[in-house]
Amino acid sequence: MKRIVTATVLNQSGVLNRITGLFTRRQFNIESITVGATETEGISKMTFVVHVEDDRMVEQVVKQLNKQIDVLKVNDITDQAIVTRELALLKVMTTPQTRAEINVIIEPFRATIIDVAKDSVTIQVVGNFEKIEAMIELLRPYGIKEVARTGQTAIKRGSQRLVSESKTFSILN
Amino acid sequence: MSQNAKAEEFNMEKQSPVKTSPINGADLFVEILKKENVEVMFGYPGGAVLPLYDALYKNPIRHILARHEQAAIHAAEGYARVSGKPGVVLATSGPGATNLVTGITDAMMDSIPLVVFTGQVATGVIGSDAFQEADVIGITMPITKHNYQVRSMDDLPRIVHEAFHIATTGRPGPVLIDIPKDIAGMVGEPKFVDEINLPGYQPNFKPNSLQVKKLRGALAEAKKPVILAGAGVLHAKASAELLEFVEKMQIPVVNTLLGLGGFPSNHPLFLGMGGMHGTHTANIALYEADLLINIGARFDDRLTGNLSHFARNATVAHIDIDPAEIGKNVETHIPIVADAREALKKILSLDFEAPKANEWRAKLQQDKVDHPLWNTEDGEGISPQALMKIIHEITNGDAVVTTDVGQHQMWTAQYYGFTKPDQWVTSGGLGTMGFGFPAAIGAQIAKPDKTVVAVAGDAGFQMTLQELGLVAELKLPIKIIVYNNMALGMVRQWQETFYEERYSQSLIPVQPDFVKLADAYGIRGYVVQTEEEAEKVMSETLNNNEPVLIDCRIKPKEMVYPMIAPGKGLHEMIGVKPQ
Ligand SMILES: Cc1ncc(C[n+]2csc(CCOP(=O)(O)OP(=O)(O)O)c2C)c(N)n1
Repeated sequence: MKRIVTATVLNQSGVLNRITGLFTRRQFNIESITVGATETEGISKMTFVVHVEDDRMVEQVVKQLNKQIDVLKVNDITDQAIVTRELALLKVMTTPQTRAEINVIIEPFRATIIDVAKDSVTIQVVGNFEKIEAMIELLRPYGIKEVARTGQTAIKRGSQRLVSESKTFSILN
Repeated sequence: MSQNAKAEEFNMEKQSPVKTSPINGADLFVEILKKENVEVMFGYPGGAVLPLYDALYKNPIRHILARHEQAAIHAAEGYARVSGKPGVVLATSGPGATNLVTGITDAMMDSIPLVVFTGQVATGVIGSDAFQEADVIGITMPITKHNYQVRSMDDLPRIVHEAFHIATTGRPGPVLIDIPKDIAGMVGEPKFVDEINLPGYQPNFKPNSLQVKKLRGALAEAKKPVILAGAGVLHAKASAELLEFVEKMQIPVVNTLLGLGGFPSNHPLFLGMGGMHGTHTANIALYEADLLINIGARFDDRLTGNLSHFARNATVAHIDIDPAEIGKNVETHIPIVADAREALKKILSLDFEAPKANEWRAKLQQDKVDHPLWNTEDGEGISPQALMKIIHEITNGDAVVTTDVGQHQMWTAQYYGFTKPDQWVTSGGLGTMGFGFPAAIGAQIAKPDKTVVAVAGDAGFQMTLQELGLVAELKLPIKIIVYNNMALGMVRQWQETFYEERYSQSLIPVQPDFVKLADAYGIRGYVVQTEEEAEKVMSETLNNNEPVLIDCRIKPKEMVYPMIAPGKGLHEMIGVKPQ
């Protein structure tokens, strides 16, 4: 199953290395990692999308991350009210005939064309994982030359609905 | 003093009431170690640490010059294990640092507090493949609790203080500090640091009351309770509390390999060591229990055997300072994240009802009688099991005993009979051959008045035997007992059992003359061929104040039993004494 885990980390040199090393060593399967600054200087936030076999494994992911000295806080936010977003850039082959069609396809996704060449266009789309997958599927028949994706980042919604089965692992259990 | 300098000094005093004078990085390094109360360090010099060694020359801290960095770090581990203080290691960059890797990993696996300093090439050339440069931070990231590279001399006091804090608190472990050579030459007036500010590192010592209540409920209902006591009991200095709890509740106790000595082995409720070479009774108790209380053990696979058979009918309670160990290998119903001593103190302060386990205790007592440890082989040579009993007798069961890895390690664990904490030093998690002898050196340095016995196989001893030089130099009265079976015994045992006696690369037909070898270092050596000879030589040498090496010719084909084959459950022991 897929889980979204976030970690707040001290922005020390090597911290990314520590964490990716940990994932490899413990055979945790990561789909994506994003890292970026937060509202506090010196503190970064990482968002991981991980594939785990069961609850025990995601618990291990959280606990092992928590053990790192430079990691301040870890949350499995999959079951909370969250917003996830990813940005993707797609270079799609075009002919004069298909160009208009492509425009129509991407419009409902609120994607934009950010570069145009003789035989291709580059499209930028922002959305959650499923939305981006769906758009890629629709464009595939036209010939996708290149895809660049940022990986998902996530944030908790301002107001949380009550989630009874929320998965948080405190170190105190 | 020139006018100018005088004026400057005057100014400085006016500015800061605490007078700090400029100091270079190397001198600062030594000052900080003294502030951390480091009384001894283990190391080996080289280019990148010459400035540090020069500072130590002028302002000495006792330094033990091992003959190989691997031995230096194993000695530091032995020192830490019996003294309860962190072991401090210093090695040069590149090969000095990489020679430490085995020891760092060993300390990580067995939760031994170490602070390891490595030299590094100067900041300006890091990353240029300079002479004796190695990416020690990268190499040791997965094998340290934490590591640091010092980038500015001003950070040195904070980093060292944090390193000692991290190494010794929570679940102990090795912390490494990599010091580029130019840091030693920088001059400044850095402030010493007393407080710790590590928001990401807050080990939890006190148990959660709700979980403790759950344990109380489980105990009241249990009919077949058993305690598994690991090294966490020793690290937390919780043996007295454990004994009190056990006697109050009358619960049988199993030790892990590393936990030996945390509970007296001569206690009627002690069932022995559990796991691959554990006693029949200990393993059956773990297998059949309806309540398993793990205190400070990490459910290592050598202990649990095949997990699908492990404690299948048991409610599992687990007390551990490291939350990540709880539920890692075995599903846990009552997780208690706490220091073992704090948890036991809390439990003892409450009114707990003892489980009704008369039948269970009687069954286990009977099992102890029916299936004790035993030996099968009648061939030529000394019985290794009887030999360990002789060593126990002559040392009154009171020696600090270190072992290497292999058959002799298991026989020592099975037969020495540990009754007190901190007298047992062995490499458990990593199973590091070459560990035992240098670890004994560190143990003897920590406890100069104790008898320290280093038990080693003939193969493992040859991995670090160069430290005979150190024993001779320091006149350490270590008793080196070589269990000589002319083989990599444990490998041979597996090949006999699982590979149809194809002894691929496990027999050593040519051994050095260990007596002459000892003699070359001015250490007295003996060869003994029979138990009578062993008894005679040992009663003359084990309690005197001199080092000795005794080459004991044991039965070469003796096996360590019982044994659980890889992939089997704890109930599937082979080599159990038939009734
Ligand atoms: C550094 C290292 N290399 C290899 C092994 C694998 N190994 C485990 S026990 C053993 C044999 C040890 O032989 P010896 O030291 O003579 O002890 P014995 O088993 O005969 O008591 C070997 C090779 C190991 N544990 N450590």
